[in-house]
Amino acid sequence: MNKEEYQKLVKKYEPKENKFENVIYAFLIGGVVGFITEGIIVLLMNFFELSRIVAGAWTCLIIIFAASLFTALGFFDNWMTKAKAGLLIPTTGFAHSVSSSALDYKKEGLITGLGANFFKLAGSVILYGILSAFILVIVRVIIGG
Amino acid sequence: MTFIWAFLIAGTFCALGQIILDNTKLTPGHVTSLFTVLGSLLAFFGIYEKLIELGGGGATGIISNFGYMLYTGALEGFHEMGILGIFSGMLTKSSTAIVGSIIFASIVALIFKPKD
Repeated sequence: MNKEEYQKLVKKYEPKENKFENVIYAFLIGGVVGFITEGIIVLLMNFFELSRIVAGAWTCLIIIFAASLFTALGFFDNWMTKAKAGLLIPTTGFAHSVSSSALDYKKEGLITGLGANFFKLAGSVILYGILSAFILVIVRVIIGG
Repeated sequence: MTFIWAFLIAGTFCALGQIILDNTKLTPGHVTSLFTVLGSLLAFFGIYEKLIELGGGGATGIISNFGYMLYTGALEGFHEMGILGIFSGMLTKSSTAIVGSIIFASIVALIFKPKD
């Protein structure tokens, strides 16, 4: 059997990922997360008479806390694989990446392990977020904001 | 109505992310960075503000909101203090998310052992 035939054979038996189904899953789960986030905001606004901005900040903290805790308890990784982008794009994805690298690299030491790898995945979000925001604000200022 | 928009906005962003993940070679790290940049771009064009008005938590609960907060923080800083304000104001709004994830991740890393 030559290489090409082998490749064909591999392709034939490879489990087919249903892309359409993935998108539907991501949409539904992401939507539910957005719905819950809005729910917590409204709840906090009504219960503690907070402004929308303050309630939003508390909600952000609550969701980050929940995602970190669920990651530490071990079942959030499973959820992430099943929900795909549905949990990656919400703030939960950011919190998950920070807490999972903190947990994974703890055994390699506090400085060279935990400290050096803490923002291993979230670092690029912060870096490119700040870079793009900086450039865009400069552009805005130049064209007259 | 806000609830329906929250569902639709968050869902649409996630579906877009999934389409990118499935059809390109980009990793989740690429996609989250991309959506952060997308957030500041939408903020630049004034679209993200509309999304937040419409969908509330659906728009503030996703990673693109991070880009939006960076952009608006820096812009408000500029209006207050000029060029220096871009530097000092950039992280004011997103401080909650960054410090929050640092503190909670540290606490869970101290208490829990990694599951493998």
